[in-house]
Amino acid sequence: MALTTPLLEVKGVTLTFKGIAALTDVAFSVEKGRIVSLIGPNGAGKTSILNCISGRYTPDCGEIYLDGKNLLAVPAHKRTGMGLSRTFQNIALFKGLSVLDNLMVGRHHLIRYGILSSIAYFGRAMNDEAEHRRRVEDVIDFLGLSPYRHQAAGHLPYGVQKRVELGRALAAEPKLILLDEPMAGMNLEETEDMARYILDICEEWGATVLLIEHDMGVVMDISDKIVVLDFGSVLAQGRPDEISANQDVVAAYLGTEDATFFGR
Amino acid sequence: MRGKCGLFFESYRAEAAVFQSGFQKTCLGLFVAALLLSPWVLDSYFVSMLNLICIAVIGAVSLNLLTGVCGQISLGHGAFLGVGAYAAAQATMHGVPFLAALLLGGFAAALAGMVFGVPSLRLKGIYLAIATLAAQLILEYVFLHWESATGGSRGLSVDAPNILGFAFNNERRMFYLLFSIAALSLLMVTNVMRTRHGRAFVSIRDFYLSAEIAGVNLFAYKLAAFGLSSFLAGVAGGLWAHYTLFLSAEQFNIGLSISYLAMIIIGGLGSVTGSVMGAVFMTLLPEVLNGLSGAISDVLPNISQHINALREGVFGLVLILFLIFEPEGLANRWRLIKAYWKLYPFAH
Repeated sequence: MALTTPLLEVKGVTLTFKGIAALTDVAFSVEKGRIVSLIGPNGAGKTSILNCISGRYTPDCGEIYLDGKNLLAVPAHKRTGMGLSRTFQNIALFKGLSVLDNLMVGRHHLIRYGILSSIAYFGRAMNDEAEHRRRVEDVIDFLGLSPYRHQAAGHLPYGVQKRVELGRALAAEPKLILLDEPMAGMNLEETEDMARYILDICEEWGATVLLIEHDMGVVMDISDKIVVLDFGSVLAQGRPDEISANQDVVAAYLGTEDATFFGR
Repeated sequence: MRGKCGLFFESYRAEAAVFQSGFQKTCLGLFVAALLLSPWVLDSYFVSMLNLICIAVIGAVSLNLLTGVCGQISLGHGAFLGVGAYAAAQATMHGVPFLAALLLGGFAAALAGMVFGVPSLRLKGIYLAIATLAAQLILEYVFLHWESATGGSRGLSVDAPNILGFAFNNERRMFYLLFSIAALSLLMVTNVMRTRHGRAFVSIRDFYLSAEIAGVNLFAYKLAAFGLSSFLAGVAGGLWAHYTLFLSAEQFNIGLSISYLAMIIIGGLGSVTGSVMGAVFMTLLPEVLNGLSGAISDVLPNISQHINALREGVFGLVLILFLIFEPEGLANRWRLIKAYWKLYPFAH
């Protein structure tokens, strides 16, 4: 498998909480233009890795590079400007804002007029608002959110909220998009739609995807590469077919005894 | 009249307009015209009510920007108003033109607000409320004891505002000044709310973690909210100083901070219309109760001394009933009323 240059490089990341190791020497890379999935049992440290990348946690040691630039030297709110955006496992929308405004917040780092323009709402502010609205409408069209455009995000059905959150991440025009269980709690049809969106984000929107997901069917279908975490360290990484054939991975998911049982 | 079955926008700019339909603009225009003419019809007691409402509107909308929109509860708003009042009063006493003094008052209050807003980086919700309560108490102490600037317990008398030789020395003239500044403040806050700064404020209120992921610098924006809000509070304070012509430390006590909080809660958190409604309600309610108790005392002179105590009780009771039956505020009730008439006479 010919992989291109890495967009995200995680090197030797270790994270402890008061002596308890959440991540130990985690290293993997995400290649440009690919969908890479992060899987592992509950508590394996998948979300912790995402939090390290997005800036919620600061690792004790290790390095994380995005496009060759050291991410850990940059505060969380500036990482968006470097081409990073993410969604959360539990919905983290701005409940009081409309879908449209949620997406506009996603573009916050791209809108640059100052506070005085805001107060006067004249000139640059007025033009920029319309221009960015146009871009946001592209995302709304892509994700089929137009019926909900002006509704408060907090009042929408669960599946739609998940899509809005994806839209908010996408509106930031990221190079790398981190998706934390985008299909959790969705029915079959919504899951299929979401898988389609993820593929399109990668192919049409040109963003690289790092995905955490428990739905193995989806993960095996859409991933170019899978990284398996267990107890805070990387257990295995490789193509989907390699991973599904890996004894260690099967053991981590099913327990050793069951694995022996199934392997018989 | 040409009928349309709805509002249709042909540009994103039109959709972002504050007043979208001609009907809305006409209604607002008539309302403003009526307000502008009212000082010529009403007697000066009612005009003074309008003036107090104008000042309260500026204070309420500024607190709503901080607490309702950005979610940072402040119990120090009355004190920030006081900072603006004393600063503006001192400025005009030293010969600074009125409008410049008003701005100076605003900036002084903004500075105070931003200093006392620093704890908001670490503290949230009720804990921040206590930290701002400290601001209130500290500033109150300063008002009382910095005698060279505030006159201490003797107070400070202030001259009526004077712009380019024109003195605003009666209620009617004051009304036009206060009304135009109140209208300007409302426009300013509305504009902030529909642009990137306002959205960033709401995103901090609703989910600060994802706001940070979206690239919002939490600390900078919280400070900006404190600064903007206190600036307007300072302007309200400066107007208050030049309207009442006398300042004393008790005017800016915790009671004022709480009554502003009551205004925005009753009016509707995060809503400009709500701020106005809350300000009107909280300014008029004590006056209405006054009038009522006066009327009852005339009919039943025997219980007149109990009426006064009862009046305070009724004031509290009305506030509590409002919170129970209109928890979303007057602005939401107004929205529901409009929605009802939109479909009238067809219920669906």
